[in-house]
Amino acid sequence: MPVQKFMVNGQRVEVDVEDDVRLLWVLRDLLDITGPKYGCGLSICQSCTSLVNGKAFNPCSVPVGQLRPSDEVVTIEGLADAVDGDGLHPVQEVWLEEDVAQCGFCQPGQIMAAVDLIQTLLADGRRDVTEAELDSLRNVCRCGTYPRVRTAIRRALAVMAETPVFVRGAQR
Amino acid sequence: MRQSPDVSRRRFLGYVVAGPTLITAARWIDPLATADAQELPRIGAQIAESYDLIDFLRDAARPTANLITVTVEDDGTVSFELHRTEVGQGINTAIAMIIAEEMDVPLSQVRITQADARPELLFNQLTGGSNSIYTIYDPVRIAAAVARQRLLDAAAIALGSAGAELGILDGVIRAPDGSSLGFGELARDASSQVTEAVDVQPKRERPRIVGTPQNRIDARAMVTGELRYTGDLVVPDALPTMVARPPTHLGRPVRLRNEAAVLAVPGVTHVALVESGVAVRARTFGQCIDALQVIDVEWAPGPAAGMSDESVQAALADAELPQVVPDTGALTPLGIPSPVQTRDFSFTFAFQPNCPLETNPCVADVRTDRAEIWGPMKNPVVAQQDIASALGLPQDAVTVHVVQGGGSFGRDLFWDAAREAALVSQAMGVPVKLSWTRTDDFRQGRAHPACRSSIRITRSETDIVSYAQHHTSVNTDFGHGLGEIITARADELPGGLGGMGFSQTVFMLTQYVPYDFGAVEQLLAETLPAPGEIETNVFRTGSMRNIYSPNVVTARELAIDQVAAEVGRDPLELRLSTLRDARSVAVLEKVAEAGSWGREMPAGTAQGLGFHSEYKGRAACLIEIDCRPETVSRTVPTAAYAYTGPRVTRAIYAVDVGLTINPRGLEAQMLGGMMDGIANCLSFSLHLVDGGFAEDSWEHAYYTRQWNVPFETQVFILDSSSQPGGAGEFGVAASMAATANAYARATGSMPTSFPINHGMPLAESIVPQGAIPQSPTDGLGRR
Ligand code: FES
Ligand code: FES
Repeated sequence: MPVQKFMVNGQRVEVDVEDDVRLLWVLRDLLDITGPKYGCGLSICQSCTSLVNGKAFNPCSVPVGQLRPSDEVVTIEGLADAVDGDGLHPVQEVWLEEDVAQCGFCQPGQIMAAVDLIQTLLADGRRDVTEAELDSLRNVCRCGTYPRVRTAIRRALAVMAETPVFVRGAQR
Repeated sequence: MRQSPDVSRRRFLGYVVAGPTLITAARWIDPLATADAQELPRIGAQIAESYDLIDFLRDAARPTANLITVTVEDDGTVSFELHRTEVGQGINTAIAMIIAEEMDVPLSQVRITQADARPELLFNQLTGGSNSIYTIYDPVRIAAAVARQRLLDAAAIALGSAGAELGILDGVIRAPDGSSLGFGELARDASSQVTEAVDVQPKRERPRIVGTPQNRIDARAMVTGELRYTGDLVVPDALPTMVARPPTHLGRPVRLRNEAAVLAVPGVTHVALVESGVAVRARTFGQCIDALQVIDVEWAPGPAAGMSDESVQAALADAELPQVVPDTGALTPLGIPSPVQTRDFSFTFAFQPNCPLETNPCVADVRTDRAEIWGPMKNPVVAQQDIASALGLPQDAVTVHVVQGGGSFGRDLFWDAAREAALVSQAMGVPVKLSWTRTDDFRQGRAHPACRSSIRITRSETDIVSYAQHHTSVNTDFGHGLGEIITARADELPGGLGGMGFSQTVFMLTQYVPYDFGAVEQLLAETLPAPGEIETNVFRTGSMRNIYSPNVVTARELAIDQVAAEVGRDPLELRLSTLRDARSVAVLEKVAEAGSWGREMPAGTAQGLGFHSEYKGRAACLIEIDCRPETVSRTVPTAAYAYTGPRVTRAIYAVDVGLTINPRGLEAQMLGGMMDGIANCLSFSLHLVDGGFAEDSWEHAYYTRQWNVPFETQVFILDSSSQPGGAGEFGVAASMAATANAYARATGSMPTSFPINHGMPLAESIVPQGAIPQSPTDGLGRR
């Protein structure tokens, strides 16, 4: 069985598993990293959204063999430590202040998608987000937390525009 | 204990339960009936106006209220094993707030865990029908009050101070001389070796926590990924397991044709045929999905074989009860317009998928003499009974652990996954961690039943003088414990309801017309199966964030708007002049004022109103919708498959649920309910095609997505009494109705079939029945 090598949440990992097993299952079933959730396995619901080299992606749709040893995956568990400073990532902090989560199942993915959107805006020198950009988020939330997600992203963007925060490897 | 000068203050009995630390319970014999029940019913009133489903569920819980205990641990933590299931509705936080309030401890010092199935609770472990807070509020408060009093008594002795001089702040009891003791230090002294009955009076000061906005106590675990849902549990040797399912809804497996090929798929360890399909266990879920690509099973068709949306709607039309109010015709015999006229309306509603985001998981470890089950169950006692009998084990050999759920909306009232996981584990002889696939959950999961609602309104001049609504539904499955409660307690039901079927009883306990419309009648008929016809259900149905109300209310509110338009009355004015109580008027006036009802809007856009009352609450919604072609045809660059359609641009909600425990949580529930209401009206349904539901994923089942969310949402909470009502499902019906009315006004044509886009052709990319889509491989594309 091939040995898969990559970085996850600051750790180098080696896992014995076939190349075509999607990364989501390597994380969840073999490494016990369960923050990224299975909501469809089809790159649709976005509940597995994590970051690779600072950029959002869907681990449910990546055969693990496609990862290079230098690729760094950050899941919700590693988000706070993937940025400078103590405590949580500012997006997580705002998520708590706005009390966004209901059942919470989609929220790791919502937060990672929000981090990605905000980083992209900041890299473009933007301090605001349009309705169309918020509309572009594909994350399903069956509890219907969408209005609070929108509010939280606006607030987190304001916070991060003051003190920019980028996940390791993200394009600035 | 100090005597109260105010004789009207209620005193309660509670217990200190024998134990090594302080454990308290409530003895809940409420001397006064509910406030509503004290009022004389209006002549001609419908049953649910004075006694409704949550009263019934609360009464069913009374005999076992004393089995619910509050425990003070020696580290000062106050812990409570909750016999309701947290699935996102915020019940953990609300209960912690009630305890923190009563005992003056910080919220962070209260720990809520989910109780395992406790058969001794009988009918008091069912999370549904919005009954939780209504039922638990008093018992929890009483148990906490007993604990508080015992701690004060123990502190008085330990600190050598008169009880009346002691104060509690943040879980620490202080004497006037400055000495103090924490709850943890007193827990043992306050305990009792024998169970004692005591008399208490819950706190009467102005609440400091209850009624204030609080964030969820479990939010941090959610946003850090620490919260373990069922699928995240680590149970030794419980490997990932999925099930190949039939190409028709509820079909059955006959035989596996290629066992060797399935076992040869990398990672696969076991394969087993069970009642619902053929299960595959593997090292990863990805390899289960691989095995589902090659598996070849012979299937027997399900009970809905050959049925379609059209045939179901035809069966519903056939089963509809005829109207008895005569149709007067538009003209008098003399050929002049009749002052008394009848108007008939009929609306149809498609099946809808219950589908939380969590895909029906369960962990099961079944041995020859015992079983252990973990899952997000809202009804663990009945689940335990059913699983035990399916496994051939005694009930007490089956342990059911309730795990916090990733959404439910009614789905977790059933234990379809738990029963299946138990049978799979038994058949394979190993523990399993079962997950349904997303596709399974749409096609074989719980669906809100298709239904139709027909209304005959008689008006005299510009007033409505009679209203008859005949609702006809595919059978709603209440075989999840509510049915058992109804059977067991039938004689306590008012108005002869005990002798009716479960669905009739639930309908009568939840539906009433809040308007003064003269003679009023609301009836339910069901079919597929018709009562007594066949024993098994044709479809796996259940409630979905409310049982009948979203459909019944939407039909009613649309009909009211139409009649108002025909007689030249303003829809707001007609409602305000006929609503029966001040609370109803208040919520409706609130949304009308906040939303500037009647403001000028561009052609193709409009406002709409909806009103709903149930579970002691009142709710009103004002929606603004944009149906202009450029909006309807908008695209989302990131999502090629996005269903856009009419856009609700603004949603304003006002709600009065009596005493609000946590306004922040209630607001969240209403916002979520509005997202459901919008989806129910515009886009979210299942298509029944040749005996199977077509939808396979969120790509083709159009629940509200960000591109459908209103730009502006507002929730107003009008707090009206000292007793909490039910709230979990209360955001849906009024918002669905308001969206429908707004759509009718914007387009100039009243929709009669829901969701409005249901007639759209199915996407070609839907996977065939019986197939499970393989995961894509291009997820790094954007790297
Ligand atoms: S599970 Fe990855 S997008 Fe849905
Ligand atoms: S919070 Fe429950 S699915 Fe989003």
